[in-house]
Amino acid sequence: MVPATTYLDHAATSPVLPCVVEAVTHQLGQVGNASSLHATGRAARRVVEESREQIADALGARPSEVIFTSGGTESDNLAVKGSFWARRAEDRRRDRLIIGAIEHHAVLDCVEYLVRHEGAQVSWITVDEQGRADPQQVRDLIEEDPESVALVSLMWANNEVGTVEPVHEVAQVAHEHGIPFHTDAVQAIGQLPVDFAASGADLLSLTGHKFGAPLGVGALLTRRDATLVPLTHGGGQERQLRSGTLVVPAIRGLAVATTYATEHLESEQDHLVVLRDKMIQGAIDQGFDIRVNGPHQVGDVTHRLAGNVHLRVPGCDGDSLLYLLDAAGVECSTGSACQAGVPQPSHVLLAMGVPEEDARGALRLTLGHTSTDADVTAFLAALPAAVERAQRAHDTTRGGS
Amino acid sequence: MRVVAAMSGGVDSAVAAARMVESGHEVVGVHLALSQSAATLRESARGCCTIEDAGDARRVADRIGIPFYVWDMAQRFRQDVVEDFIREYAAGRTPNPCLRCNERIKFSALLDKAVALGFDAVATGHYAQIVDDESGRTLHRAVDMAKDQSYVLGVLDAEQLARAFFPLGDTTKPQIRQEAAERGFSVAKKPDSHDICFIADGDTKGWLTRRLGEAPGPIVDTDGEVVGEHDGAFAYTVGQRRGLGLKVPRSDGAKRYVVDVQPKSSTVVVGTEDLLGVDVIEGDHLRWCGPRPQGEVHVGAQLRAHGEEFPAVARAEGDTVVVRLDRRARGVAPGQSVVLYDGTRVIGSATVASSTRA
Repeated sequence: MVPATTYLDHAATSPVLPCVVEAVTHQLGQVGNASSLHATGRAARRVVEESREQIADALGARPSEVIFTSGGTESDNLAVKGSFWARRAEDRRRDRLIIGAIEHHAVLDCVEYLVRHEGAQVSWITVDEQGRADPQQVRDLIEEDPESVALVSLMWANNEVGTVEPVHEVAQVAHEHGIPFHTDAVQAIGQLPVDFAASGADLLSLTGHKFGAPLGVGALLTRRDATLVPLTHGGGQERQLRSGTLVVPAIRGLAVATTYATEHLESEQDHLVVLRDKMIQGAIDQGFDIRVNGPHQVGDVTHRLAGNVHLRVPGCDGDSLLYLLDAAGVECSTGSACQAGVPQPSHVLLAMGVPEEDARGALRLTLGHTSTDADVTAFLAALPAAVERAQRAHDTTRGGS
Repeated sequence: MRVVAAMSGGVDSAVAAARMVESGHEVVGVHLALSQSAATLRESARGCCTIEDAGDARRVADRIGIPFYVWDMAQRFRQDVVEDFIREYAAGRTPNPCLRCNERIKFSALLDKAVALGFDAVATGHYAQIVDDESGRTLHRAVDMAKDQSYVLGVLDAEQLARAFFPLGDTTKPQIRQEAAERGFSVAKKPDSHDICFIADGDTKGWLTRRLGEAPGPIVDTDGEVVGEHDGAFAYTVGQRRGLGLKVPRSDGAKRYVVDVQPKSSTVVVGTEDLLGVDVIEGDHLRWCGPRPQGEVHVGAQLRAHGEEFPAVARAEGDTVVVRLDRRARGVAPGQSVVLYDGTRVIGSATVASSTRA
């Protein structure tokens, strides 16, 4: 018999909220291009603008600061590349990016592109063994040559190990030098209070499917004085920053989910943190010398995301664990990027000083609004056999003949 | 049974995986990542380790509804196949890397990991047949002799064979393509891979030269007269005629072939065609696919993949075997494998150490 599925990969994508399904489904039945001038178009536009206002209200932004995109990757691309191009066009000296070493590839690969093809320089914001950046280092990096900096970017919370970064402090440091600050808040919405104005960020990326909206819709919160060169050109939607017909049903869903996530933030944190701590403690108690990556204190939701469990299991390959848990009906992730499907040691763990060999035994389990105590129980029940098997497989395949 | 289907991204392993599922096994597809720099091989349409191949394999796995994983065996592959290949050539021998890969990767590293993870067996898209009867399990040639791959599986021992499935051995290649098309596999018309998967451009000589460096030396005839020169003896193999660039023609105008490669003195020896024929082969690294035969046995001996089979008599002693062919075979190079058959059944295999004329 196929075991019931225990879904512990909400950081990859989280189920769409029932209230969102309802709102999106209703909207899918309506015709209307929000750019059309007739009544049908006006009705669609009204939905878009009300959604925009609703999202702005929930996240401490002005409606005009909400730029709808296809999701986190596009938002990060627009923020990083768009800022670099615009800022350098204003002043040729601005060719340097100050970037978190543990950013998502949506940011890292933009930076790599700009370095390789457009002569960008990059200064990396390192992290401590908990994965946390130091605002003082950002200050030092800026002050090496403030005139050369095009953008500072640091994620709000890390997608692998769940570490919450000091974005308010870093935004402050950047602003002292008049440098724009971008934060990838994809993992933060729904698990942390996010107030765009209070954060000091100039650009903030978010995507809906991490907190109950459909896949394929997100936003870049963009301060009105931020300068960006668009990635897409065409109809001039979204303040000319993101041309393309607005996806009205998805935008409606994003708004409903954002409001829901904000209104239920505290109860959701309380719900998740209990499960998280039970999972972490339960895994450690199984006695495989399992360790937690990232900061962890019972009940704390300000330094580590309430829904993030990231374990290091010695003497295992993460992909073996993944397979064995999957076969037992427990779905999770190694959390790291793949090359041709082969898990690579995570750049996040390496930046935290985890040895490469240890980094290969990483397992990410992430909770969300549908998670229950039964999920934790199922995971803890499946874990020991999986670890034993994975360790045996690891020993078997070491070395050559 | 719980079975890993090794899925290269080609049509054969795709159909093999589908057939395993239909036989009622619990199947998981595994693609082996064998290159350390998979992304750089993106351009290569063939080979076993490109991103495109992994994607093709995944599509098939999704279509037949089985879990699919990529297992990183790049380090083992480099150690046990690629470096072995280089070492063997450097020693003046001519190895078969596919055979080595079956022996040490697919039915060793992959099988061991699979067993450790709780699987019972590995299935591949090789054209060969496994027969189970009262005498036990035996390996046989495929019904499609043009595709038969029992030769490159001849290194498997009884334990490895006990955990192997070759679901395609009873079918011809055209039928497999037809079946793939009927199953709606996107790879149904994908060209066959051939040559050596880790030498993407097919230029073995250039590939070896880049790794071993140039080691110039003389090309001599069997009397010791220097008749040419070469950039590295490792690039030559016994029986080779083309690409010798000989400056001194023979007085009788006879064609000359490589008859010996002597890596230590970096010498390539050429001679006339009659010197190529051998009928006594000494092999080492002997492996039996089943029970070890006693005394002299009448066998069929195959000396290269898709090569002809020679009637012969084999006598084993310890780890070595002497195979006496009933007529001469040409171009037998040390390092090649000799696979022994009894009818369609594979009896065992050995690596050619030396060869002579009776």
